[in-house]
Amino acid sequence: MFPTPIEKRSKGTQIAYQTMVPVALILWLLPLIAVASFSVRPLADFTNGNYWGMPSTVEFLTNYGRVFYDSDMPRYMLNSVLITVPTVIGAVALSCMTGFALGIYRFKGNLLIFFMFIAGNFVPFQILMVPVRDLTVSVGLYDTKLGLIMFHIAFQTGFCTLFMRNFIRALPFELIEAARVEGVAEWRIFWFVVLPLMRPAIAALSVLIFTFIWNDYFWAIVLTQGPDAQPVTAGITSFNSQYVAQYHLMSAGSIVAAVPPVVMFFMMQKHFIAGLTLGAVK
Amino acid sequence: MSLAVDERSWLQRHRMTVTPLLFLLPGVLFFLVYVINPIIQSFNISLYEWDGLGTATFVGFGNYEELIDDRAFEISLWNNLKWLALYLLAIPAGLLIALFLNQNIIGIRIYKSLFFFPFVISQVVVGLVFSWFYLPREGLLNAALTLFGFDTINVLGDPKMATYGIIAAGLWPQTAYCMILYLTGLNAVNPEQIEAGRLDGAKGVRMLWYVILPQLRPATFIAFVVTIIGALRSFDLISIMTNGGPFGSTRVLSFYMFEKALSEYGFRMGYGSAIAVVLFLIMLVFIIYFLWSMYRDERAARH
Repeated sequence: MFPTPIEKRSKGTQIAYQTMVPVALILWLLPLIAVASFSVRPLADFTNGNYWGMPSTVEFLTNYGRVFYDSDMPRYMLNSVLITVPTVIGAVALSCMTGFALGIYRFKGNLLIFFMFIAGNFVPFQILMVPVRDLTVSVGLYDTKLGLIMFHIAFQTGFCTLFMRNFIRALPFELIEAARVEGVAEWRIFWFVVLPLMRPAIAALSVLIFTFIWNDYFWAIVLTQGPDAQPVTAGITSFNSQYVAQYHLMSAGSIVAAVPPVVMFFMMQKHFIAGLTLGAVK
Repeated sequence: MSLAVDERSWLQRHRMTVTPLLFLLPGVLFFLVYVINPIIQSFNISLYEWDGLGTATFVGFGNYEELIDDRAFEISLWNNLKWLALYLLAIPAGLLIALFLNQNIIGIRIYKSLFFFPFVISQVVVGLVFSWFYLPREGLLNAALTLFGFDTINVLGDPKMATYGIIAAGLWPQTAYCMILYLTGLNAVNPEQIEAGRLDGAKGVRMLWYVILPQLRPATFIAFVVTIIGALRSFDLISIMTNGGPFGSTRVLSFYMFEKALSEYGFRMGYGSAIAVVLFLIMLVFIIYFLWSMYRDERAARH
C-alpha cells in the first residue's frame, strides 16, 4: 500500500493523522455546512446580522415546511422524478442492446459505430441546442416532460453504450459459445445468458444516470419553462426569485433539491463508484 | 450424390448479421436523430441569419467574420482557456487528497464518501452554495477574512476576480471526482512493485513518481478526459453565479452561445450556432485524441 500504512508509524503520527482527517473534512465541506446552518436560522438572525453565531432559534421545521407548503418545490421535485426515472429505464434498456451487439458480434463497422457513440457523448451541448430545440418544438413536445426524456435517453445512450460494451467484453466469451453450440437462439442468449450477468453494470449505470439527469440544468432551461414540466434544478431559480434575499429559505430549498441524488449515492455507493471509475484500473 | 442443401431459413443463416443489426437499431436511431444529425444541422444553420421563426437568409461565412471583431467572443474564448488551464488543477489536487485518505483507520470509508460528496450535488446547488459563500456581507469567506484582519472582497462583483471565483467553485466537485478515480487506482497498485521499490531505496516523492504514477496511468487518463470535457462544458455555474456578468467578464463560449441564441439579447440562431461550431471544433481536437488513445488500446487488447 502507498503511502506507508499509518499503523506502521509512531503513535504520535497516528494520533495526528486521526485528528487531521476530520479537520480536513470540515474545511472541505465548509461551504456546504454554511448553507446547512443558514437553512435552520430564523429570518431575525439575518436582519440582526447574526450570520455565524449560534442560531437564536432552530427553525428547521418552519423553514423546510415553507419550502414544501409555500412554493412550487414539490411540483418541481415530482417533475424531476417523472423525467429522471423513465430516462434511466430507457437509456439502460437501449444500451443493454447496443452494448450486446457491439460487445459480442464481429461485423464490419462495429468499431465505427462504437466510436460514434463515444464521440457523440463528448460533444458540447451547444452544438445540439438549436436543432434539438427546433425538433422538440416541431413535434409538439416543447415544455413537456416527454420532450426532455426523449433527448436525455438519446444522449445518455452514448455513455451507456460505452459502459455496457466494455462490461460485456470482459465477460467470459466461452459461455456464449457454449450456448451457441447447444443451439440456443441469439436473442435467448441475450435474455438468458448475458442479461443476468449484466446486473452489476445495470445497477451502476442506473445510479449514475439518475444523478446525471437529476442534476441536469442546461437542457431543462432549453426545452422547458414553468412549473408544468421543469425539473427542480431549473425550478430552484424561480423559487429563489420568489424568496429573494431570504437566505434561510433559499438554503433550505437548495438542500431539498440536492437530497435525492445524495440519498441515491449513499444507498448505492458501491455501484456508483464502480460505475464512475470503470476503466480507472486495468 | 446430392449437394447438401442448406434447409435453414434465410434468417437462420444470416442470424449473426441480423441479430446485431436489430439490437443496434433503436439505440442508433435515437442517437442519429438527437445527436449526430443536430451536429450537421448546426454547421448548416451557422451559415444563415435566422431568428428561429421566420425565414433564414443565407449569409455564407458572414457569422464567422462577425465573430472575429466581436469583443465579447474574444473574452469568452480567453475565459475558456482559463477554465481549461485551471480546471486541470483538479487532477493533482485529487491525487493529493487520495494519497492523504488512502489509509485504514476506523471510519475511513465514511470519510472518503463525505469527501466525494460535492460531486453528487448538482452544479446548480454548488453554484448557489458558492455564491453565498462569496457574499460580501453574509458570506463565510469574508467572515473568515475579517477574522484574520483582511479587507473584505466582493469576488463575484469584481470583473477581475469573478471568473476565478467560479472556477474555484467548479474545482470543488471536479477534485472530488479525480480523488475517487485515484483512490480506486491506488487500491489496485501492485504491492510487490512497491516492495521492490522499497528495497531499491525509493520512498516518498521518488516512489510516487517512478513506481506509483506509472501504475495510475489509466486513472490519470480518465481524469484528463472528464476534466477537459467538464471545463469546456462549464455553463451551469456561470449561469447561476453571475449570469455572465459583471460586464460580461465571466462569459465562456457555451454561455455566450446560449445568450445569443436563446435569451433576451436576441434570437440569433445562426450567430449562436457559429459560436457553437467554434466550441465544437476546440472539443474535436480533444475528442480525436481520446478516440485515438482508445483505438490504440483496442488494437493492443486484440493481439
